[in-house]
Amino acid sequence: MPINILMPALSPTMEEGTLSKWLKNEGDKVTSGDVIAEIETDKATMEVEAVDEGVIGKLLIAAGTENVKVNTPIAVLLQDGESADAVAAAPKADADTPAATSDAAGGKARESAAEPTATTDNKVPAQPKTEVASDPDIPAGTEMVTMTVREALRDAMAEEMRRDPDVFVMGEEVAEYQGAYKITQGLLQEFGASRVIDTPITEHGFAGVGVGAAMAGLKPIVEFMTFNFAMQAIDQIINSAAKTLYMSGGQMGAPMVFRGPNGAAARVAAQHSQDYGAWYSHIPGLKVVQPYTAADAKGLLKAAIRDPNPVIFLENEILYGQSFEVPKLDDFVLPIGKARIHRKGKDVTVVSWGIGMTYAVKAVAELEQAGIDVELIDLRTLRPMDMPTVIESVKKTGRLVTVEEGFPQSSVGDFISNTVQREAFDYLDAPVITIAGKDVPMPYASNLEKLALPNAGEVVQAVKAVCYK
Amino acid sequence: MAPKTAASASGRKTAKPAKASNGGPIVDFNKDEELKAYREMLLIRRFEEKAGQLYGMGFIGGFCHLYIGQEAVVVGMQMALKEGDQVITGYRDHGHMLACGMSARGVMAELTGRRGGLSKGKGGSMHMFSKEKNFYGGHGIVGAQVSLGTGLGFANKYRGNDNVSLAYFGDGAANQGQVYESFNMAQLWKLPVIYVIENNRYAMGTAVSRASAQTDFSQRGASFGIPGLQVDGMDVRAVKAAADEATAHCRAGNGPIILEMLTYRYRGHSMSDPAKYRSKDEVQKMRSEHDPIEQVRLRLVEKGWASEEDLKLIDKDVRDIVADSADFAQADPEPDVSELYTDILL
Repeated sequence: MPINILMPALSPTMEEGTLSKWLKNEGDKVTSGDVIAEIETDKATMEVEAVDEGVIGKLLIAAGTENVKVNTPIAVLLQDGESADAVAAAPKADADTPAATSDAAGGKARESAAEPTATTDNKVPAQPKTEVASDPDIPAGTEMVTMTVREALRDAMAEEMRRDPDVFVMGEEVAEYQGAYKITQGLLQEFGASRVIDTPITEHGFAGVGVGAAMAGLKPIVEFMTFNFAMQAIDQIINSAAKTLYMSGGQMGAPMVFRGPNGAAARVAAQHSQDYGAWYSHIPGLKVVQPYTAADAKGLLKAAIRDPNPVIFLENEILYGQSFEVPKLDDFVLPIGKARIHRKGKDVTVVSWGIGMTYAVKAVAELEQAGIDVELIDLRTLRPMDMPTVIESVKKTGRLVTVEEGFPQSSVGDFISNTVQREAFDYLDAPVITIAGKDVPMPYASNLEKLALPNAGEVVQAVKAVCYK
Repeated sequence: MAPKTAASASGRKTAKPAKASNGGPIVDFNKDEELKAYREMLLIRRFEEKAGQLYGMGFIGGFCHLYIGQEAVVVGMQMALKEGDQVITGYRDHGHMLACGMSARGVMAELTGRRGGLSKGKGGSMHMFSKEKNFYGGHGIVGAQVSLGTGLGFANKYRGNDNVSLAYFGDGAANQGQVYESFNMAQLWKLPVIYVIENNRYAMGTAVSRASAQTDFSQRGASFGIPGLQVDGMDVRAVKAAADEATAHCRAGNGPIILEMLTYRYRGHSMSDPAKYRSKDEVQKMRSEHDPIEQVRLRLVEKGWASEEDLKLIDKDVRDIVADSADFAQADPEPDVSELYTDILL
C-alpha cells in the first residue's frame, strides 16, 4: 500500500511550517535516511528524512508552500510494484498516518499535545488524603531518661543499624573523627568501616552515590556536615531522590535519609546559617522532618530510616546540646507527618517547629504571666504537613501566629497562613502573623545577628497583637 | 583522534591478532554472536527511526534523543554482562533499554505517554526504568547518572556480590564536576563500576575540541589512577573485547575502569536539532564507511553465515516488532487521571 509522507513536527511546539525545497523528484528511489525535503519553521531549517524505502510516487505539496500544517500528507511513497496512477486516484493512508484515522487515541494526538482536553476527562482528581497514625501510647510507668538531642540522634541510628544490615551512614568525618558535631559518636566502633563511611569533601558526588545505593535497595543515611553544604547536592536530592519513584511509575525510589544540622548556629554568618525548611518542603516526593525535642528527634529519625521514601531530616546545632526527657523503650518510633501539641491552650494558637520552638516556648511562659493561654503546636514534620491539627486548634482559638527562623518570603508560615485562611476563614478573629528571620543574609556581627533572628519578644508581641491586647 | 591501543587495564596482556580500526583489540564473533549483534543493533536502529517518525507525527512530545549510529556500543557492552549487572545512562536511552531486554512496546508506549509505558506514561523518553532488567534509568540531568551509577557499584561492593554497574555518559557529561567526584570515590573504595563514555563527538552542538581541554576521554581518570581504554565504538567486536576486559577488571576487585567509545550519532542532538554544526559529508562518511550494522552485515554475508534472504527475514522480524510497538503505543490509552497522584510517596 502506498505510504503517505507527512509534514513532520520537528519540535514540541511546531504546528506548521514552510516546505521550502524538494530534494527528490517524482520517480526517485529513496532509502531510509535519505534527505527528501527541507522545511522551515520560525526557528530553523530542517531536513526531512525518509523513513521507509520506496519510490516517490507523487509530490503533493509544491516547494515554497507556506503554512503547511503538521501531519498534512506532502508526498506519496510507492512500494515494490505499486503505480503512481493508483495514488493519484486515491491516496490511501496506511496505519502510520493518524491524520487520516479517526480513533481517539491516534488521530488526536497532536491536538492533545497542545490541549489535553481532546482525549481525556480533564478534571483534576482530588489529591488523596493519607491518614497518619497518632503517637504510640507510652505505657504507664515507663522510665523517662534525660538525654541531649545529640545522644538521641546517635541512639536512633545505632538502634536502626542493629536492626537492619542495609542501613549505613556516610558523610564527611562521620567515622574516625566521630562526627563533626559528634552525632555519629561510637558508630564506627560498633559497626565498622563498611557501614560508617568517611567520604571525601564532595557533597554532590556522595549524595549521588547515596541515592544510587538507595535505588539499588540499600538504606543510606547521608549526613551533611551542615545543610548549607547540601546546596551542592540539591540536584541529586530533588531530581534523583525525590522524583525517581514517580518517573519510574512506582518501580524504584530512594529509601534514604539526608540529615544534618540546618539553619543558623552562632556567629557563622551568611553562608553557614540558612534554614532550608521551606526549600525542601516545596518538593513532592520528599518527606521533611524538623524536630525540636530529643524524644521527637529519636522517634522521628528511627521512622525516617525505616521510611521507604527519601526523608530530609533537619537538625540544629544549637539544639544538639539541649536535654529533654526521652521514654526508655526498646523501640520508640514516632509517626512522620503528625504534629505534637506541646501545650494545650484556648486563647491563641502558636505553630512552630525545630529551633523556632525555643522562641515560642519562652514566649508562652511570659504570656502565661500576662494571662494569655497559648496552644503551642510543634509541627515536627513540614512535609507531609499535619494541617488538620493546626486547623482544629485555630477553630478553637481563632488566632494564629507561626514562628520560624527561615527567610520571610515564601516561608513555611506563609503556606500555613494561606491554608488556614482558606479552610478556617470564618473562625479567624484576627489576621495571621508569621514570624520569620529578617529578609537579609545572616550578618556576622553579634548585635546584627541577634536582630536578624526571631526572638521571644517578637512572639510575645505578635500573640498580643492577634489577641488585640 | 589518535587512539591508543588498549594497553591492558588489569595487567593482562591481550594478544589478539585481529584489530579494530583504531588498532585496539577485537574478539572474533562466532555465527550466533554475529547474528545476535546484527539483530539487536537493527532493532535499535529501526525502533529509533520509527520513534523519529512518530515524533514527526506528533505522537511523541517533548524531547526525544535518538541513538542511531551508536548501536554497537550498547549491544557490545551488553554481550559481556551477566545476570545482576546494572545499567544506568543519560537521556539518550532508548537503545540501552532495548539492549537490556525491556520490551519495545513498553518503551514506545512510554514515548507516546500511554499507560502501557514502562513508567505508566509518567516518565517519557528520558525517564524509564526496569527493576526486573536492572536498568536504573534514563536520567535527564547531564552527569547525574554517573554518581548514581557509582552508587549502584557501591551497593554491589556493600553486599559483597561480584556484580558490576555500567554508568554510561557522553563526551558532554564528561565535563561535569560530579563525574570526577565519583571517579575519586570509586577508585578510593575500589567500586566495581565501568564508566562508558560514549564520545559521539558533539555535546549537543559543541564539538569535543571546543569544550574539552583533554579530548582523550579514556585518560580522564588518570589523576585518580583509573585505567582507561579507547575503543572503536562502531565495531561491536571491539566493544565486546573492551567490555570483557573491563568486567574482568571490576569483578576481580580492581575498582573502576573507563571505556571511551569512539562513536557517532547520525541524527541531531534531539529531534529539534538541525545539526548545522557539522557537514553533511562528515555524517555521510561515517554512515557509508563505519556503520556498525553494515559492518556486521558484510561479515555475515562474506563468511556465508547469512544469505541476503536470511537477512531480509531478520529485517522483517525486527520491523514487525517495531511496527507492533508503534501500533500498541498509538492505540494504548493515556494514563488514567487517577495516576496524577500515585507514585509520589510509598
